[in-house]
Amino acid sequence: MESILECRNLVKFYPNCLALNAINLSIPKGRIVGLLGPNGSGKSTLIKLANGLITPTSGQLLINGMEPGTETKKIVSYLPERTYLNDWMTVNNMIEFFRDFYSDFNHQKAYDMLQRLGVDPTQRLKTMSKGTKEKVQLILVMSREAELYLLDEPIGGVDPAARDYILDTIISNYNENATLIISTHLIADVEKILDDVVFISHGNIVLTSTVDDIREKENKSVDALFREVFRC
Amino acid sequence: MAWNLSSDRPIYAQLIEQIELMIVSGVYPAGTKLPSVRDMAGEASVNPNTMQRALSQLESEGLLYSQRTSGRFVTEDVDRIMQTKNNLAQTLVKEFIQNMSKLGYDRQQTLSLISQMTEEE
Repeated sequence: MESILECRNLVKFYPNCLALNAINLSIPKGRIVGLLGPNGSGKSTLIKLANGLITPTSGQLLINGMEPGTETKKIVSYLPERTYLNDWMTVNNMIEFFRDFYSDFNHQKAYDMLQRLGVDPTQRLKTMSKGTKEKVQLILVMSREAELYLLDEPIGGVDPAARDYILDTIISNYNENATLIISTHLIADVEKILDDVVFISHGNIVLTSTVDDIREKENKSVDALFREVFRC
Repeated sequence: MAWNLSSDRPIYAQLIEQIELMIVSGVYPAGTKLPSVRDMAGEASVNPNTMQRALSQLESEGLLYSQRTSGRFVTEDVDRIMQTKNNLAQTLVKEFIQNMSKLGYDRQQTLSLISQMTEEE
């Protein structure tokens, strides 16, 4: 299968810290992948490298065969761990902003999701709770018709009912050839919708498997296996 | 019908069981068209690829068939459905007998308890 994201001996050194230790990873098109690991394991570093926000110390990361840059940003929809939107903006403003910025942005989809999740589009970001802010950003990111979605901790602040709705939205909306990489700690919530999981620990990939293979071989959920592998 | 998925067994295997149950219990009678993979995946809140895997397996077992342009249907072979129903029933009874023997009931005691309880109903 053709891969949308490929890492070859990818190394990232921060001062005094080896964040990624020569990882090799290939993620095929059309999959939903969970990037799972404890705090500080290198998940966000990998996602930032894929977005070209930081550059590798050595090795290579390719998106659809290209190094991260203008061309890859057209096909990658990224939800960062921190908000980058101006907090004086209303949701309507932001939707206009995204329409201007990304040719693949589907504003109708965004308004539908906002309505379902009960977010008032005239509200300013500043006045919203943490969870509502997260919903808005996730809606913006998922309303693009991208080939690769990179979601860094997307549902942490969202209540369980909205979480279910968001996950349902993800599986019913995403295009069959698109790939979704979700980094999260909320494994039990997401594992039903994942095809594959990648366990990452101290900058190394310790396991890649399909969810059903884990359940078949270990007779336990991915969540239970994670707790076992990363027992403190 | 709500989908009940436990977290410690493969999801596709559980989907297969539940779809079989829907077919034998008449939620999807013989010959009816199933919703699209994506709709079924959405309803069960699972990954469409996983739903696809479950449906393909049911197809290879002969319980479903697909027509290239018009979608996926439940088999019109009623005997095939009855056979699945019998298999499911046998599995349930086997499990029940095993559980009863764990409680210390032998076959005779189990049988008499069943007849006693069905009379009461």
